[in-house]
Amino acid sequence: MNKDAESKPAVEVRGLTRIYGSGNTEVIAMRDVNLTVNRGELVALLGPSGAGKSTLLTAMGLINPPTVGKILMGGRMVMDGHRPLVNLRTFRRKNIGFIFQKSNLIPFLKARENVQIALELNGWSSFAARKRAWNLLDYLGVADRAEHFPSALSGGQQQRVAVARAMANQPELILADEPTAALDSHRGRQVMDLFRKVAHEHGSGIVVVTHDHRALDIFDTIYEMQDGVVSQSEISAS
Amino acid sequence: MNLAVKDIRHNIGRFFLTAIGIGMLLMIVMGMGGIYRGIIEDATLLIDSLDVDFWVAQRGTRGPFAEVSRLPNNLVDRVAAVPGVAQARKFVFHTIQREIHGKPLRIAVLGLDWPQDHGEWLPLISGRCLAQSHYEMIADRTLGLGLGERLQLGKDFFTVVGLTSGMIDSGGNGLAFFTVSDAQAIQFDITGESIRLERAARLGRASRIDLSRIQPSLAERAEGESSIIPALAPPSISAVVLRLESGADPHEVATTISGWADVTVYTGNEERALMLAGPVEKAKLQIGLFRMLLTIISAIIMALILYTLTLDKLHDIALLKLIGAPNRVILGMIMQQALLLGAFGYGIAFMLGQKIFPRFPRRVILMDDDLVRLAVIVVVISILSSFLGVWKAMKVKPNEALS
Ligand SMILES: Nc1ncnc2c1ncn2[C@@H]1O[C@H](COP(=O)(O)OP(=O)(O)OP(=O)(O)O)[C@@H](O)[C@H]1O
Ligand SMILES: [Mg+2]
Repeated sequence: MNKDAESKPAVEVRGLTRIYGSGNTEVIAMRDVNLTVNRGELVALLGPSGAGKSTLLTAMGLINPPTVGKILMGGRMVMDGHRPLVNLRTFRRKNIGFIFQKSNLIPFLKARENVQIALELNGWSSFAARKRAWNLLDYLGVADRAEHFPSALSGGQQQRVAVARAMANQPELILADEPTAALDSHRGRQVMDLFRKVAHEHGSGIVVVTHDHRALDIFDTIYEMQDGVVSQSEISAS
Repeated sequence: MNLAVKDIRHNIGRFFLTAIGIGMLLMIVMGMGGIYRGIIEDATLLIDSLDVDFWVAQRGTRGPFAEVSRLPNNLVDRVAAVPGVAQARKFVFHTIQREIHGKPLRIAVLGLDWPQDHGEWLPLISGRCLAQSHYEMIADRTLGLGLGERLQLGKDFFTVVGLTSGMIDSGGNGLAFFTVSDAQAIQFDITGESIRLERAARLGRASRIDLSRIQPSLAERAEGESSIIPALAPPSISAVVLRLESGADPHEVATTISGWADVTVYTGNEERALMLAGPVEKAKLQIGLFRMLLTIISAIIMALILYTLTLDKLHDIALLKLIGAPNRVILGMIMQQALLLGAFGYGIAFMLGQKIFPRFPRRVILMDDDLVRLAVIVVVISILSSFLGVWKAMKVKPNEALS
């Protein structure tokens, strides 16, 4: 991203609609959604099951093209309807980090290698990537588990490694879909605190889908989604 | 970071089990190829090692190997007298089956034209060539006879004076070398009783004609041994082999000899072709087809194995796509793994084969050409069958990583 883009929002969606299926089985998962997430902003997305939160998140992550609508990143239009305007995979690699509820990590790579691969895919040398992966895991407090396979890590540790991978390339945007669902509230809180730290220290825009209302105080902005429609939440953000 | 190697590291047990499976499959393919080569090599081994220019066989027959050919003993002198012929030798060849050490043993008996031929051309591994005109033999080691062992064949005892290696007939039986007259004695050995019966029959036939009454010594002769009856031919030989003088025109010699109405002439190459087109043709075809089938089937099995290995990884592949791994990386991972599997399988096949094939009753010949060809086939199969997995991997959507 160039200098100019740095002042632009991390992601901006305009009139986003997503319809699954057709005819009798048609589901409108997302209706005319408009949303802006700035760099350094930590956003929560709340809503009941089936509201369309994952649909919105994956649309912003460029892995689930909308039926209608535009997606802009760093001020640049990357999606017009389901038509990509950039190489999506390359774009994702450089600008977007993902964290999900579970099975985030590549099982045959050790924790450190899971982070390292994200860097190497972006052209880092093996040596430099290894060093940065170490530093990131250290930053997230899982350096001692770096040489273990994901299967030997606790849920919270896995999520922290996933966060390390998501932020490795200092992306514009980090998307997290119920990242704390598998964790107890204490661990969940830790991960949320981490997001805040990453957003504010690294300047990434972060969108977190969560059901955990106890942790809402740390978010900058809170949106609620209902039947595919997004609105700013009544619950005051800090 | 090499994803293929990392994945193998994580599933090392499965990788090696799969490699062993593929290896055993490839070993069978390799072995089948070896058996095919073995059949061809064994069939032509004798013809090749005799290294002669022409074979003279009974007129109208296809030589001493494809069918029975009988020629008079003295043909060798006629052939030797043809201008341009450096050396003509009697060729006696037949197979016998005897009980030795309590087990049936098939011996391919080959006569060496004593005194010109002592068996110097044989690949001796121990012992010596024939040193006397009778009662000595050189045996191939596949016959399981020991140096100095004495063996009764017919009425005589033969001592094994030399051992060769790799001298086998087209049926895979070990060869044993005798002087021509010993070989004939073994072939035409008949018991005392049948000799007595034969002599009585000759006497009977003689006494029915008046000549024997006028000439009583004729009846006496008829009753005696066959060698004193000038009208009876000595035992016949299978063929005459000849070598040309250097500078002699082979075409001219061949025309001269084939002008005789009682023989047919074949060149060494023709004799070779007759052998391959004749006695071993069906076996060769059978094994050749089976080998082809086996190659195709192992290609399919390998493709399925590699495909299911990729299916197992689809979630990981979706995840890789999600974090932006280009197709090149994913394709590389699948293909490198396929090639590594193929390479390990091939290595295992080769090592197992080296251990197992020598124990086969017939020769299994792993020729460099065949090994290289199989290696190329394995590489091609690995690449082609990984396409199946790659095709599936390319279709995976990154958001499938979320499910
Ligand atoms: N691939 C799909 N095909 C058809 N319908 C789909 C598909 N994915 C989601 N839907 C539907 O779209 C609607 C929104 O789904 P989505 O997964 O976005 O909800 P969500 O808010 O993430 O729910 P949850 O909190 O349970 O994860 C649901 O009604 C769902 O059934
Ligand atoms: Mg969801």
